[in-house]
Amino acid sequence: MSNAAVLKDDYLGEYHVYEPHRAGLPPIRPYFRELWRRRAFAVELAKSTIRSTHHDTVFGVLWNVINPLLLAGVYYLLVAIISQATQPSDYFAHLLAGLFAFYFVAGCMSGGSASVTSAGRMIMNTAFPRMLLPLSAVYIAFRKFLPTMLVYLAVALITHVGVSTTALLAIPMFMLLMVFGTGMGLLLATAQVYFRDTASFLPYVTRIWLYVSPVLFYPDAKFIEKIGPLIHLNPLYSLLGGWGDLLVRGDLIPAWMWIEAALWSFGTLALGAVVFMSRERDFAVRL
Amino acid sequence: MPSDSDKPVGPVISVQDVCITYRTTFEKSPTLKDAVLRLGRRERSVREVEAVKNVSFDVPQGSVLGIIGSNGAGKSTLVRAIAGILPPTTGRIVVRGKVSTLLALGVGFNAAISGRENVLLGGLAAGYSRAEIADKYEEIAGFAELGDFMDLPMRTYSSGMFSRLAFAVAVHMEPDILLVDEALSAGDAKFKEKAAAKMAELVGQARTMILVSHALGTVRDMCNDAIWMNKGRLMIRSEPQHVINEYTRFVNVGESAYTLEDV
Repeated sequence: MSNAAVLKDDYLGEYHVYEPHRAGLPPIRPYFRELWRRRAFAVELAKSTIRSTHHDTVFGVLWNVINPLLLAGVYYLLVAIISQATQPSDYFAHLLAGLFAFYFVAGCMSGGSASVTSAGRMIMNTAFPRMLLPLSAVYIAFRKFLPTMLVYLAVALITHVGVSTTALLAIPMFMLLMVFGTGMGLLLATAQVYFRDTASFLPYVTRIWLYVSPVLFYPDAKFIEKIGPLIHLNPLYSLLGGWGDLLVRGDLIPAWMWIEAALWSFGTLALGAVVFMSRERDFAVRL
Repeated sequence: MPSDSDKPVGPVISVQDVCITYRTTFEKSPTLKDAVLRLGRRERSVREVEAVKNVSFDVPQGSVLGIIGSNGAGKSTLVRAIAGILPPTTGRIVVRGKVSTLLALGVGFNAAISGRENVLLGGLAAGYSRAEIADKYEEIAGFAELGDFMDLPMRTYSSGMFSRLAFAVAVHMEPDILLVDEALSAGDAKFKEKAAAKMAELVGQARTMILVSHALGTVRDMCNDAIWMNKGRLMIRSEPQHVINEYTRFVNVGESAYTLEDV
């Protein structure tokens, strides 16, 4: 490539002006343009992370299916056998659908929280939109989620729950879950930079969150009425409740549930994005 | 935002009255325990660092600018700002051309994955396409002389191999501007020679370079322009030997085997 060609080629953003960030935020449009242009980086980072996690195990990538199966087994033991209460016939399918979606969100959160601090050296050396790092964690969580749906489908067929056409509406609900998970990932990534205990607290917070979300119980369980409107403070009530009703029961969910889920997910994403972008200049000096 | 008035040809890098301050903590890793202890002692953990104060200079195309100064003089911060990693607090920096960086040792690599994957990841992060990286890959691997190690996880590499690969990536991405911070200690004597030759080749192609170094000998040999920074301020800018003389007189050590050594 001749030098003249390099100068003409504006593919790499050959002309840069660096000025103080207004209100702490980088210029928005160039930021997202660069983010989009470098999306291959987020994907490649996710792939190499996945490869290296199972690099030295006997089962390798098979763990992506073994994990959800074991998880399903553990909760089946816990709820169906130990509690001895008679559950509806679709309970196990409901439990799995909720668990797998919940673990997707939890994956966005734990992956997101570690994404910036573990990329330390790359952040010191290269200028790129840092948001690619937590987004890569969301992609990892999604790649881990996909095989769990195969496990779910198998269980739904075996337990005669089946899959109705309404279940297709679970896809937009899952997208809202992804939006919510991204927002949480961005928030936790920022929190982890300033407060390194975040990742240590996270598993406990996640565990409690699982128990108060409609995973082990149905979103219309009797005791929900006693809790009253407080239940709506849990974003996962509408998100996971709607997801389970659509996917497992094949019920159309009420409009308020869609609206509540959309408000929580996009609100969290907006908050996460603003917090993350306004702090990301700091990352290079805080790591 | 770029405006049209900035477009006409001028210096490749223009640093205009730049100040860089940032808030940082004393702790290396901020944790709850430390936060509670500090609260007990009523200490403030956050401190404002004025790393760069009202610095202005231009770098014309094809020049090799050396930046010298004591530890904490703001050299690395300034170079990071030019790379776009740490935007200025006030002032403005204009950079014309494709920038490649080599800042801090063992940079930008994930030790769990192979050298090959790291080259791809680093290139993608810097904004190159897969095809561009694939084009350059053989050259990079050849220059770094890592052989079969390219496909092994980087935790199996020695520190010299780490630096060699980092250097190879930085110089082979056809940068218009190369920013190098203390990274010339890469590898053994033979590789150092090769690295110096490669950098001379880049300068021969009218590419611009900024070199931060404590090795005054390197600055004297490689640069045709130099800056001395002290406590965030630009002290003088002149030809390298003069700047080195002023700096060594200031710190009162004189040129010795230590200051000239490539450390």
